[in-house]
Amino acid sequence: MKKADFILIAVVAVVAGALFVFLYASNNSGAFVQVEIDGKVSEVISLDTDTVREIKTADGGLNTLVVSDGYAKMETANCPDGLCTNHKKISRNGESIICLPHKVVVSVVNESDADSIDAVA
Amino acid sequence: MNNKAKKTALFGMMVALAFIFSYLESLIPFDFAIPGVKLGLANLVVVTALYIMKPREAFVIAVIRIFLAGLTFGNVYSIAYSLCGGLLSFAVMWLAKKTKLSVIGVSMLGGICHNIGQIAVAAVVMGTVRIVYYLPVLLISGLVTGLLLGVVAKLVINRFEKIMRTDCR
Repeated sequence: MKKADFILIAVVAVVAGALFVFLYASNNSGAFVQVEIDGKVSEVISLDTDTVREIKTADGGLNTLVVSDGYAKMETANCPDGLCTNHKKISRNGESIICLPHKVVVSVVNESDADSIDAVA
Repeated sequence: MNNKAKKTALFGMMVALAFIFSYLESLIPFDFAIPGVKLGLANLVVVTALYIMKPREAFVIAVIRIFLAGLTFGNVYSIAYSLCGGLLSFAVMWLAKKTKLSVIGVSMLGGICHNIGQIAVAAVVMGTVRIVYYLPVLLISGLVTGLLLGVVAKLVINRFEKIMRTDCR
């Protein structure tokens, strides 16, 4: 290992740390989960009400989203890898669960975000 | 010594190694609940190739391995992801090799850029920028896996150079 390698490690660690703080720490707990299919917002659900939603995509994808106790979690998915079902439950603003095969993005948004979505829709 | 035969054998060996590493990796249920966090064993071969072969030759190995592994263990999407990550990673490693960085530093940059490339494709495919939330984790994971693979690559390169020297005597 040379000096340049250590500098590289330090730079990457600082950038990752700064990004992490920038993306996560400033965010409070969000109030809504937003479901996007193929880049389009399909529904916005309040985190306060416990519910189970089936997300169906055009190419036959089926994901089950469970909202309970203020957290959202992907319960099942009929994709081969099922990575999204392993994702931890989300509640904080900006957190998201992404199902790549079905192009489904479930993300936590706050009230103002949700309002602007309603305005567009 | 027939140089052409030697080169052919080396190419075959490197592609086979990269291929089998991709297979090994597909066997390991490497589950960090975040898509994209992988060991990237095949990158070990690419880093090594970059040092013991010409850049052009290393590039050929990197691309062949992506298509071979993609067609065998993946699908069209996984080829697109690995191709973008692989090409970005290769370009950056090739440039980084010319700087003061050692094999380990080059390998770390390669790991990080592989992840950045894949995130970029994912952002385009999904039509969302929300995927950047994975970036800090993927930066660190690329750093760590790149470090591990770099250490191994350094050992391999040192031994390979020793073999080449004895061979030329």
